[in-house]
Formats: sequence, C-alpha cells, structure tokens
Amino acid sequence: MKRCCMRMLAKQRWRTRIALAVSSFALWVVLAVPLLAQEIPDRCLTCHAQFDARLGEPAQKFPNDIHAQRGLTCAACHGGDATTDNLRQAKSPAKGFRGVPKRIEIPPLCARCHSDASFMRAYNPSLRTDQLAQYWTSGHGQQLRRGDTRVAVCSDCHGVHDIRPATSPLSAVHPLKIPETCAQCHSSTEHMKGYDLPTDQFATYRASLHFQALAAGNLAAPSCATCHGNHGAAPPGVASVERVCGTCHLFQEQLFDRSPHKPVFDAMQMASCVTCHSNHRIDPTSDAMVGTGEKSLCLNCHVEGDAGFTTASQMHDALTRLDQQLAQVDEVLDHATRAGMQISEARIVQANAKEKLIKARVQVHAFAPGEVDTIIREGLQLANQAHQAGQQALDELAFRRKGLALSLLAIAFVVLSLWLVLRELERRQAAKANRF
Amino acid sequence: MTPLWQRWRAWLDERLGWGELAAFLRKKQVPRHRHTLWYYLGGMTLFLFFIQVSTGILLLLYYRAAANEAFESVQYIMTQVKFGWLVRSLHAWAANLMIFTAFLHMCSAFFLKAYRKPRELTWVTGCLLFFLLLAFGFSGYLLPWNELAFFATKVGTEMAAAVPLIGDWLLRFLRGGEEVTGATLVRFFGFHVAVLPLLTTFILALHLFLVQRLGMSVPIQIEREYTRTGKSVPTIPFFPNFFLRDLMGWYIALGVLAALAALYPWGLGVKVDPFASTPAGIKPEWYFLFIFETLKLLPGHVLFIEGEQVGILIFGLAALMLLLVPFLDRNPSGRSGRVFTALGALAVGYIVVMSFLGLRG
Repeated sequence: MKRCCMRMLAKQRWRTRIALAVSSFALWVVLAVPLLAQEIPDRCLTCHAQFDARLGEPAQKFPNDIHAQRGLTCAACHGGDATTDNLRQAKSPAKGFRGVPKRIEIPPLCARCHSDASFMRAYNPSLRTDQLAQYWTSGHGQQLRRGDTRVAVCSDCHGVHDIRPATSPLSAVHPLKIPETCAQCHSSTEHMKGYDLPTDQFATYRASLHFQALAAGNLAAPSCATCHGNHGAAPPGVASVERVCGTCHLFQEQLFDRSPHKPVFDAMQMASCVTCHSNHRIDPTSDAMVGTGEKSLCLNCHVEGDAGFTTASQMHDALTRLDQQLAQVDEVLDHATRAGMQISEARIVQANAKEKLIKARVQVHAFAPGEVDTIIREGLQLANQAHQAGQQALDELAFRRKGLALSLLAIAFVVLSLWLVLRELERRQAAKANRF
Repeated sequence: MTPLWQRWRAWLDERLGWGELAAFLRKKQVPRHRHTLWYYLGGMTLFLFFIQVSTGILLLLYYRAAANEAFESVQYIMTQVKFGWLVRSLHAWAANLMIFTAFLHMCSAFFLKAYRKPRELTWVTGCLLFFLLLAFGFSGYLLPWNELAFFATKVGTEMAAAVPLIGDWLLRFLRGGEEVTGATLVRFFGFHVAVLPLLTTFILALHLFLVQRLGMSVPIQIEREYTRTGKSVPTIPFFPNFFLRDLMGWYIALGVLAALAALYPWGLGVKVDPFASTPAGIKPEWYFLFIFETLKLLPGHVLFIEGEQVGILIFGLAALMLLLVPFLDRNPSGRSGRVFTALGALAVGYIVVMSFLGLRG
C-alpha cells in the first residue's frame, strides 16, 4: 500500500515537471518570438532624428514613405550601412555610400528598382517598369540629357523621403493634385525663363470645363498628365492632338476623321480639336459655337455665301429647333409634376429626346448637316410624344379638378339636405314632445 | 293589394327580423350635451376604415407583391387603370386621415374619462385598434416599393432590433431575413392584407359590440351638473337623429378626402435600388415621427444600455400604460384622474412638438 502511494507521488512529480517545462517553453515562445521578429531599426533615422531642419527632416518624413513602409531603409537610395551606429561605417564608401544623389543621377537611381520588373514584382506587380524609358523621351528627360538640371526629375513630382503611392490623396501625383504639381514649375515665370513656353497653362486650365469636373471630385476628368503623359510628358504635336482628345472623345474623333475639315486642317497644319475648342482652357460647349451668330467659331474661317457658312447655319438651326422643343417639354412636364401627376413614362421619352440632342451635338463634328438633321428629326418626334403626354396629363388634371368641383357640390348638396331633413325631423319631434 | 316592396319587406322581416333591429335602433338613445361632437369621431374613423377596405380591394386587383413588379404595378395603377390614381390616392390619404381621426377619438375618450367603469374593455379594444392602424400604416408604406419607403422600412425595422432580448429575432421575423428584400415586401403584404385585417375585424366587432352594449359615456362634469339639478342627461334617438348627423360627418370626410386625393395625388417616388446608399432626409410617416425624433436625440448609451434600446423600452412601457389606463386610474373623477389628465396632456404636447420638429428637420 505504502509502495503504491510512493509510486503515485513520483508519477505526480514527473507530471508537474513536464507541465512546468512545457509552460516555460510556451512563455519563451510568446515573449521571444515577437522580439526576434522585430525588424532591424534604420540607424540613419536614429541619428538624423536628433537634428533639426535639413538633416532632421528626412528622418521625420521617412516613416510615412511607401518605401519605408515596405521595409526599405535609407541605404536603398543613399548607400552605406543603415544597421550601424558608427558614423564612419555607416557612411563608408566601401559600403557604397553615395550621399545626396545629383539631380542628373536621380532618374537612373530610382530606375535601379523601378525598371527591374522581377524586383518590382515582389512589391507591386501591377506597377509599370518603363518609367525611365518613357522619361528619356519626355521634354524633361531630353533636356536633362543635355545637361539641363532645372528640368523635373522623379523627386520633383513624387517628393523626397515622403513618397506616397499615386492613389494616395496626400501624394503630389494623385489625380486631383497633378495640375498644382506641374504648375509649381510651369506657372513660375522665373523657373521657365529660357524655355520659350507659356506660363499661363494652369490659370487657363483652372477656367476649363475639365478642371470643373476634376474639382468636383471626378478622378477620371483630364488633368495635365492625361493629355501630355506623365513620365513621358511632352506637348502633343499638331498631328496627334486629335488622337489625344479621342482617347475620351472617341465619337468626335471618328466623325472628324471623315469630315470635310480633316484634309483641310491637315494640309494647313492646323491642330484639329484645339482650333475650335482651345487646349488648356476648354470652355463648356454651346450650340452658339456652331452657326452664323456672334459666338460662332465657324466664322473664324467661313464667310457669308460659302458652303461652310450654309452648313453651319443649317446645323445650328436644327440643334436650336430640338433644344427649343425640349424646353417646352420641360415646362409642360414640370408643370404636371408640380401638380402631382404621374408622368414617369413621359419622362423616359423626354430623356430619350434629350439623348438625341446630345447625339446630334456630337454628330456636328462630321460637319454633314444631313446627318445632324436625321438625328434631330428623331429627337423632335420623341419630344413631341413627351409634350403630348405632358399635355394629356395637364388635360387630365383639369378634368380631375372639374370632377372634384362637381363632387364637392354634390356632397355639399347632400349634407345640406341631410341637415334640412334633420332640422325638420327634430322640429316635429319637439312639437310632438310638447303635445304630450 | 299590398305593394310589391312591402311584400318584399315582410318576406325579409320574416327571415331576418328587420323589425327587431329597427325597434332596437329606434329605442337606442345617445346622450346630448356640449361634448356630443366628440362622439362622431369614432363613426368617422369607421367610415374611413370602410373606405380603406373598399379601395384596398380595388388596388388588390392590379397590385403585385414582388420586388421586381410591385413598383411597376403601382405605376400601372396610377397611369393606365381608369381612376386608378384616384383609388390609390384615396387609399393613401384615407389611411392618414383615419389615423388622425382615431388619434383624436382616443384623445377625446381619454380626456373625457370615457374609459371609466364599466367601459374598460371598450378602451382596451379601442387602443388595440389604434395600434393595429399604426401597423397597417407601417406595413402598407413599403408596398409601393419605392426608395423612400424602402429606407424608412429599413430604419423602422432596425428600431425593432433594439427591443431587448427578442430584438434580433423580431428583426428577422419582420424582414424575412437579415436585410429588407423582396421577402420583406411579401411578408408586409401578407400582414397588410390578411393578418391585420383579420385581427382588426375581430377586435372591431368586439369594440362595436361593447359600444352598443354599454352605450356612450357621459363626461364626468356633465354627469355632475345634471345630478346636481336632479335631472337626467337629455338624449336623442340613435336612429335617425344621431345616424343622420353621423352621415353628415361622413359626407364631409368624403369631401375632404376627395379634395386631398384630387389636388394632392399621392406620389409614387423612385423605384428601390437596394444597393444605393441611404438618401438624405429619410423620415418615417408623420405618425411615427415623434418616436424617430426621440431616438435621434437619445445619447449613444444611457448608463450601460444602448440609447436606442432605452427609447424603445420607454415607448413600449408608454404603450402598455396607455392600454391599461382604465386599471391604473383608480379614481377618474378624483385626484388620480387629474394626474392622468395632466400626464395625457403632457404626452400629447410632447407628440405634437416632436412631430413638428421632425417635419421641419
């Protein structure tokens, strides 16, 4: 019995020891693994954080930089050894320290990674890797190659030490920020001195329809890079303006291509779209731009009596006809809506008619009045249908009001009759009661 | 020879006992005093209920309770069916007027202490009918399947989720799932045209039976005045005197209803897009506005309970108190009666102010 108890005690002691060993190991795992997993700190930042201004700024900004967030250290661009506290070793040329790169060195420096598709795949497989190649084709790149270091290099647009992805609203190359970023140089008369380029692009762009859309938060609205390209930024030549605009305004491009204007513009070396619509200051279009009125652009080239003058006049008249008819439809349908009439089907027809007007306005770019007229006639037919439906709704409204007036009269008559009957009845009842 | 119509009358009388009914109606008396006007509100609510039933049946001929057809079917009723616009507008306006007159009827019964013995059950059934009317309004609001109704139902059913303990179950029961979908529409349609009418018919029959059996209540003050003078409260015959007055009231209600339906036809709105974000300014129907506004004003948490849950709990208790007023107000002509009158006046003032704020905001 005693031996049995001893054996059980020994067994229990072993169990306790094993349990202690397992829990100690578990504790070690819980505490040590996160410590081991910690990244090696960027020692450059430790020192630079102690400085103010020029030397301290990179250390303050860098933690927000996409490169830092992806695990790259200062040494990735500046060379040297970011893991040591020893200044000599950290900045040792033997360890590849290159300090602040010269402006001319910046594009190739960035391209060491950004042009390496296999390297970039590990970080952002969808990012293009042809930026440097494009850059050398750009106005900026060509000038840089000629030794002009005042032109934009990567860091001028993307920033330094706090580079963020272009999708970040804080990035200087976010679609909403691009115009301002380009304007930093291109609106500066001082900076642009000697380049023979205007400096009012930003001001004129800000007055444009494109900027209005961008400012309203439409990220698809065109900004500088949409037409000029980003890394390969260059002004589109006369021949390519139409293609550039055509990336968004496809139908207008196709129609213009087969229009009688195309060969003439080509022969006269006139940039297609911008001749009428301007480049940076794209104003909202109006039907007055076509025709023979004061605001007509056609009269810049055409004079009374020539074929173009007649064509412009015909197209303008057709557009105006549908526009005016649609205004009347609006009036009738709005009136019916305000009166509470259900005219949803008429609204659909009205929307289709409006679509025809938009289509006709696009068709103008073919400068063939017959084609515009066909669409306008379809639009007029729809507008008439909608107008008729609106008028029917208003007629129905009048009918309802008449019906209501008659019903109320009948109701008033019944109520009055009931009251008279009741009065007579109660008079008789009172007389009867008095008799008894 | 006896005229044909008299022979018909005799024939029917022999089988249905018209004579007894006519005698009962002639014998039935209604008190006549300076507050008699309030007696007509019950009849007016009943008249509007009949309009609801008849216009509802007509709408059923064309309405389709499916997510992809409901809106279009109402649109069809409004635009293609002869006088469909009128039927729908009457249905929608009568629903609102009915809730308004029912509320006034309830207020008059409350403040004139009509719930006192022996009319406790008349009050309870009346209260239940009022709650049923609100349920009719809530379920019917979704049926056109328009944007406003969809999001208002979403918000309304979310309130149900705040009910302690059974909130989650209640939400799923009302919605027929986690979200407001076509299943919710079918469910609400079922409630609106089957469950609620069945319950209403039963309780309404009981309410009317009690009114007939116990007669109209005479306000305490009037009773006292006549007791003091030793006279009995004057009466008028229910038929034809009171009935003719009732009829006049119904005709006037019909005129108001016709004017509203013709001058302000009930809108249809925009079809539901379940993937669209909640549009700004979503509000429930005006009779739920005071609850909505109160819940908006409540803080996120009251002690350890969610603010919305506290609100729902308070409104639930208030509804229960309202239902049990005859049993809580032990002495309607004494001190407790005055306390209840003051509480009622406060509640009505609160409802009016909060509803007004809701309409403005």
